[in-house]
Amino acid sequence: MTTSTGTGKATGDGPDGDHAPHPSPPLPADPAAPETSPGASPATSPGTPPDTSPDAFAQDLLPTAKGASRGLLGSLLRPHTRAAWAAAVLLLLQQAAVQAGPLLVAFAIDHAVPALRADDHGPLIAVAAAYLLCASAAGGLQYVFVRLAARISQDVLLDLRGRIFRHGQALSLDFHERYTSGRLISRATTDVEALRELLSEGLQELISITLATVYITATLLYLDWGLGAAAVATAGPLYLLVRSFQRRSQRVYSVKSSAMAAVIVKFAETINGIRPVQAFRREQANDAAFARLNGRHERTNGDAVLEMARYVISSRLVANVAVAALVLWGAYRVASGSLALGVLAAAVLYLRRLYDPIDRLGMFLNSYQSAAASLGKIAGLLAQRPSVPEPTDPLPLPERSGALPGREVTFDGVRFSYRTGGEVLPRFDLTLAAGRTVAVVGSTGAGKSTLAKLLARFYDPSPSAPPHPGPEDLRTGSVRVDGVDLRDLSTADLRRAVVMVTQEAFLFSGTVAENIAIGRPDATREEVEQAARAIGAHDFIAALPDGYDTDVRRRGGRISAGQRQLVAFARALLADPSVLILDEATSSLDIPGERAVQHAMDTVLRGRTAVVIAHRLSTVETADRVLVMSAGRVVEDGTPAELIAGRGRFAELHQAWRESVV
Amino acid sequence: MADTAKATRRQQQSGRPAPDPDAHPDLDAPPGTGSAAGPPPPARRSAVRSLLRLWPFVRPVRARLFTAAFVAVLASCIGLVVPLVLKWLVDGPIADRDPGGAWLGGGYLLLLGLAEAGLFGLRRWLVARPLARVEATMRDSLYRHVQRLPVAFHDRWASGQLLSRGTTDLQLLRLFLAFPLTFLIVNATTILVGCVILLAQQWSLGLVLLTPIVPLIVLCSVFEAKYAVAARRAQDQVGDVTTVVEESVLGIRIIKGFGRHRSQARAFRELTARLRTTELRKARLLAALWACIMALPELALGAALVLGTVQVADGDLSAGTLVAFLSTALALMWPVESIGFLLAMSNDAAAATDRYFDVLDEPVADRDDAREAAEQAPVTGPGATGLAFHGVTFRYPDAPADAPPTLRGVDLHIRPGETMALVGATGSGKTTLTALVPRLHEVTGGRITLDGTDITALPRDELRARVAVAFEEPTLFSATAAENVLMGGEGAGPDDLRRALRVAQADGFVDALPDGPDTEVGEQGLSLSGGQRQRLALARAVVGRPRFLVLDDPLSALDVHTEALVEAALRQVLATTTALVVAHRPSTVLLADRVALLSGGRIAAVGSHHQLLRENAEYAALMSGAADGGGAARHEDGSAARHEEGSVR
Repeated sequence: MTTSTGTGKATGDGPDGDHAPHPSPPLPADPAAPETSPGASPATSPGTPPDTSPDAFAQDLLPTAKGASRGLLGSLLRPHTRAAWAAAVLLLLQQAAVQAGPLLVAFAIDHAVPALRADDHGPLIAVAAAYLLCASAAGGLQYVFVRLAARISQDVLLDLRGRIFRHGQALSLDFHERYTSGRLISRATTDVEALRELLSEGLQELISITLATVYITATLLYLDWGLGAAAVATAGPLYLLVRSFQRRSQRVYSVKSSAMAAVIVKFAETINGIRPVQAFRREQANDAAFARLNGRHERTNGDAVLEMARYVISSRLVANVAVAALVLWGAYRVASGSLALGVLAAAVLYLRRLYDPIDRLGMFLNSYQSAAASLGKIAGLLAQRPSVPEPTDPLPLPERSGALPGREVTFDGVRFSYRTGGEVLPRFDLTLAAGRTVAVVGSTGAGKSTLAKLLARFYDPSPSAPPHPGPEDLRTGSVRVDGVDLRDLSTADLRRAVVMVTQEAFLFSGTVAENIAIGRPDATREEVEQAARAIGAHDFIAALPDGYDTDVRRRGGRISAGQRQLVAFARALLADPSVLILDEATSSLDIPGERAVQHAMDTVLRGRTAVVIAHRLSTVETADRVLVMSAGRVVEDGTPAELIAGRGRFAELHQAWRESVV
Repeated sequence: MADTAKATRRQQQSGRPAPDPDAHPDLDAPPGTGSAAGPPPPARRSAVRSLLRLWPFVRPVRARLFTAAFVAVLASCIGLVVPLVLKWLVDGPIADRDPGGAWLGGGYLLLLGLAEAGLFGLRRWLVARPLARVEATMRDSLYRHVQRLPVAFHDRWASGQLLSRGTTDLQLLRLFLAFPLTFLIVNATTILVGCVILLAQQWSLGLVLLTPIVPLIVLCSVFEAKYAVAARRAQDQVGDVTTVVEESVLGIRIIKGFGRHRSQARAFRELTARLRTTELRKARLLAALWACIMALPELALGAALVLGTVQVADGDLSAGTLVAFLSTALALMWPVESIGFLLAMSNDAAAATDRYFDVLDEPVADRDDAREAAEQAPVTGPGATGLAFHGVTFRYPDAPADAPPTLRGVDLHIRPGETMALVGATGSGKTTLTALVPRLHEVTGGRITLDGTDITALPRDELRARVAVAFEEPTLFSATAAENVLMGGEGAGPDDLRRALRVAQADGFVDALPDGPDTEVGEQGLSLSGGQRQRLALARAVVGRPRFLVLDDPLSALDVHTEALVEAALRQVLATTTALVVAHRPSTVLLADRVALLSGGRIAAVGSHHQLLRENAEYAALMSGAADGGGAARHEDGSAARHEEGSVR
């Protein structure tokens, strides 16, 4: 359901695809998988660290501890315990007022009528006053309750939305690369929505159903022990019906939701890929495929309604048979004189009300199941721990040593492998001198992007692991800037030190100026324009309908891939970091654009330490030093001139490139 | 009837069952929508008119639907008859101490109960499958339609907007057909019948009981107008929240790269707090309405009870009649209360219908224009063969009125079998031009011809069969790698697949995938790198051996080594194909026989690479980066010099 207009495939891996692909299943995870089932999935065998299993990601079933969704709900409601109790009491009183009606009817017939006949108006006035009181109380209490309940549920939702959002932002990149964007978005939207429905309607429903049942039963018992007890006895078969409905509807419901998810995926994929769909005439093949998925949803949709119909019929049958039997019995007893007529009248009215909530209970169970499934998934997301945590006691960045703004970068005993296995970078040491430009080249999968992401602290180095734990292998390596481990820097300091520009130049909704200002939010308009000018983006921005104030998502805001990359560069210029990483950041630029970038690096960013990953050797040639990587190792290292003069891979690549340019 | 209770109550409290997760406020109201914006009150008549548009979809199931409504009316009437039986029981057999009569009464009650339960179930059973079919049919129609809408439409509409119309709106409509539609009829009937029964039993009590109806109707309509505004605002705010969530996920690398997650979280918190305020306002309105709906009928009932008691005491009324009367009144309570909700829900359904037809009313790129254009004389003479642009102009339909058109008269002729490179500055309209050939966008003026035939004279399918395209941003679908490639050519077989993969130099990595070419890729499958996706997209373009090939910067994400290999293989394909290749780099340009320079919305120059380097300053600047372009001959240029410079540094 991504509506991105800019990034193509935002959920893919790094632009270079440097790491091992993560397999996922052909179909998305079943969004309605019941919250209780993760316990049974292989991903949660106790003792396994929560996120080692790729299957959990593949099936959208992140492992959660048993009862995690209940725990989550508890922790959300805890701050509102008192308000929740107050709401329950309000509802209790309100139900008392509502349910008092028939009782007053009984009183009126059995007491007020004889009293009136005896010219005693007291009881009638009492009935009138009581009814007035009950009606106003029912309305007034309802008003207060609805407002209080809304406040609680909105506060809970605010809290939950915030938690999901902050947690999603804190989780590291490797998580985002595996958890598709659509899932995270649906966690924060549709799953929260499911809880909202439960909170704003379901809980009130459940409380009022329970209260009404308890009240009516109590009143029936008070009116007449026999009738009351008989009414209570009907709860047995009804309970069994509810249980069986719950089991069956859970099954149908979960099938239905996954059928819907498949429909959504197909729909969204078609819309987002409309150009190739039309260009390659996929319409008819798509029609057929969609009709199949849609038909499956239609069937399960019908099944779900029929399941409800079955429940309604059977519960109504039980209820109506019970009413008839009780009335018959009551009539018999009135006839035999052991029951007052008014009592029977009141009991009959109550009986009709007693069985009203059964259908509502069915509806409530549906919304509870959907909310429980959603909460389970949210709990799974919140249980993920960021693998790149912020330090609790950050160290300051040391004063810059020299006159140059650049800083020295050290990779000390760093290795990196994905948790799924597959070593990407074997242990290595590397020092990049302050203020120098280092180019990294190599073929796809050589580990260039991983190197860059380690330096940008999108990843942390992997701990050294078996199979062959040598003594010196046991410690985790570190990436340091001017001697400070990146893991010890606060986010603010880290981003003053290192900034990375990637190939995918995503634009946030808002104006062009705002997009550039992401590099430094407190920058003035002059500084923003200066950055744009320095990178050669000023001309095209000025030509947009509203210049720098053009909204990138609105009319006329069409910005080409190359222009987006220029905006991304302007951002980085504005951020003014000590170390700049360019990961394929010029792939969509034409040659003048690339020149402008190079010029900016030579002037505006002069003296910064720069790491440049590029396929284009024109970018590489201006570097002070070139690293050629292959299979995770640096196989050549030297100045461009040295390497070109040699007989290595770089010389070969350079030769090929020279030929291609001529 | 309690089944409506939940449905309508939910309706009341949430405004809409599921506010679109993707409602972007600015896009929610594309030009000409009626559903959009602003404070209703939408006139009741227009809501009815909107809902009437559903008829073609409902028609096939009308028999079942009407039967179900009839069944529901029956069931409700039974609910009203029950008190009458009770009255008969109390006044007759019980008062007479007649056990036989009591048995009879109990029997009637049982029969009515069974009938009521059966009818309730029957109603649901009758509509379950047909209404699911209506929903599915509408969704199918939407999907078919959306697929065939021009790209310009898709540029304008956020995908989430279309998606929400295909999901939540349609679910809402099915719900409307299942409940409010039926129960508006049912409840109106029930109320009418109930009023008749009440008035017939004791007209004075009946009148007392009916007094709150008028104030309730007024209240409901006032409430509806206010609530609709708040609900609409909440929907828009949900859209804003969704946008921030979506962007913070899609732009996570940038947010992390610049350490901006705190400010993102702050923006998010502000938006959600605003949403909370609106939701609380909705709750306040709702609370007031509910209070009135609870209290007013209860008051009337209390008044009726007092009056009835007096009458019973005076002997004007039997106790049994009073019980029956009050029982009937209680049974009517819910239908009266629910009318307001049902109307609100119907309004929502009307809005959903409007939203649905907003899309369905968009004209598809019509298929009939081919016939019209076919009558035009085919172009002859120079430029009659190959791919030719004749004075092509184009402006985006949503461009500001005062902006110059993107293309202002493009004339270009690509001879049969020739490969033409298209070069131009960033943002000059190269990609736009390529989109015109397969008619993803329609030219604003001028003509494009394939072998002398105007492309508008060709059926779209045939045009697109002749022209294959590889896009700048390669999109893979959730299918196997092989299927992704083979969708480029009808009837292409395994040999074609092999050949295409080889041309794109994709055979190596495809075979190395876990299941080889049968590995699932795309959003739901294996993640491939940009370069790999680009190569598969290229393979898709060449697999059907198209007559015409349009490639938009097809090699940008490839490393130098792979690029060289692809170029070598591609050269063979291009030798026999008429091709237009957008190029940023000399290496790509060199695939072409000739080069066209796009500048200022026109083709500024055509010639060989070397010729243009020498003669055209702009071209030289684009290809070599020389700022002045004056020393055009320096195309071998800077690289060597810079490299000296670099090594010295």
